[in-house]
Amino acid sequence: MDNTITVSASPHIRSKESVSRIMLDVILALIPAAIAAVIIFGWRVLLVIVVSVMGAVITEAVIQKLMKKPITIKDLSAVVTGILLAYNMPPTVPLWIVLIGSIIAIALVKQAFGGLGQNFMNPALAARAILFAAWPVQMTNWQRPIIDAFSNATSSATPLPILKDGETWAKLPPLWDVFVGKIGGSIGEISALALLLGAAYLLIRGVINWRIPITYIATVGLLTWIFGTDGLFTGRGLYHIFSGGLILGAFFMATDYPTSPVTPLGQIIMGIGCGIVTSIIRLVGGYPGGVSYSILIMNVATPLIERYTRPRIYGEVKNNV
Amino acid sequence: MKASKAIINGIITENPTFRLLLGMCPTLAVTTAAINGIGMGLATAFVLIASNLVISLLKDFIPSQVRIPAYIVVAATFVTMTGMLMEAFVPALYESLGIFIPLIVVNCIILGRAEAFASKNSPLVAIADGIGMGLGFTLALTLLGIIREIFGAGTLFGMQIMPQAYNPAVIMILPPGAFLTLGLLLGLLNKLTAKTK
Repeated sequence: MDNTITVSASPHIRSKESVSRIMLDVILALIPAAIAAVIIFGWRVLLVIVVSVMGAVITEAVIQKLMKKPITIKDLSAVVTGILLAYNMPPTVPLWIVLIGSIIAIALVKQAFGGLGQNFMNPALAARAILFAAWPVQMTNWQRPIIDAFSNATSSATPLPILKDGETWAKLPPLWDVFVGKIGGSIGEISALALLLGAAYLLIRGVINWRIPITYIATVGLLTWIFGTDGLFTGRGLYHIFSGGLILGAFFMATDYPTSPVTPLGQIIMGIGCGIVTSIIRLVGGYPGGVSYSILIMNVATPLIERYTRPRIYGEVKNNV
Repeated sequence: MKASKAIINGIITENPTFRLLLGMCPTLAVTTAAINGIGMGLATAFVLIASNLVISLLKDFIPSQVRIPAYIVVAATFVTMTGMLMEAFVPALYESLGIFIPLIVVNCIILGRAEAFASKNSPLVAIADGIGMGLGFTLALTLLGIIREIFGAGTLFGMQIMPQAYNPAVIMILPPGAFLTLGLLLGLLNKLTAKTK
């Protein structure tokens, strides 16, 4: 019998959780949306995703090499950024824009602020916002879904601009088409069905929790229903939920760890805040969709939210803070 | 402080834009094109030199309780002159700089140098400080304008210099482009100067 007792310092029970495991889960959860995008838009979207991921990973490696830091591309965080950036692009986007976007996301938004966990905004979304401001024409060139090429049922316009203009509601595609993704839109945002599959996986795995996504989506659904174009309580809340980047943003980008609050109350505030900003932009703003901007705005507000929702330490006196 | 040293100080060691981060409002707002950067820089430089000289001459007559209003009156005099001269001789540039010409009055470089330098030094050195600071500001604004114009419009001083296939990144001549360019330039300059120390 072996009598040797191993003596080691705590912690004795370790979780198998690690950055790369979490990132791998996110990547797995994003795969259904990629499959849906290939079915809906054709093989070119795969090329966009590959360019974006390669751009992000290579930029991360080059910058870390130049800054003489340990190279951490194996943690897969750059891969996730690359995929998310590609998912925010229209399917017809020129590849050079994708490449510039992935370089901006990693070099400017992530590494310039200190790398993983130090970025103050979601890198993919910030890069998307910069690209959108830089090349607005190329970034809004929506492609008709190829699976509808033989039917004359859909228009090439995406649902959100139609929702904005109440008179053309007759042109709205059926809600089911919007839900499965038979509509125009960005690569990764069109199929709510595929995204929800991935989101369910993340929720079950415990990578994300329900607070931000559910409060976010519920707020948008409620506000867009209440403030419809034909008066109160006439809005098309369900259309608003399933079109645009809301599902993608709520589950995969608003929940980004470094840029969202860690406190439970803070996460609810973040979700509701995102929902309010998105609804305002969608209903009265100049852009048809506001998911990316609302998440970016709440990203910036995150330190403030955390300051005000910091839990009181047990035994601490209120006036003593 | 010697006059030559004051000039170098304004251009390099205490460059108003890249070192003191003064006058950010015109720096960010007007540098959409290289020519705007030069125009704004030179207009500010003129006002700075002239007001530095006058304030240095008047420093023994201005009671310290009312010195700030007095500095503003002096600066406003020269800004009005500059504005009228520009409107008469370079109307296009005057149009594109717009409200930022009258706003030179409250540019913090002018007030800052009046308070920190001109009111404590002899007229000659104060002029040198104005020249240095003015040139430093002009150089910085022109540099920002060049970078933003090349990437945001594909041109330099209005001439096409990028290949026709280049798709201008509109963001560079929009307000975010100003912040991005300034931030990256500051970082780069800090990196370069950190090495030489």
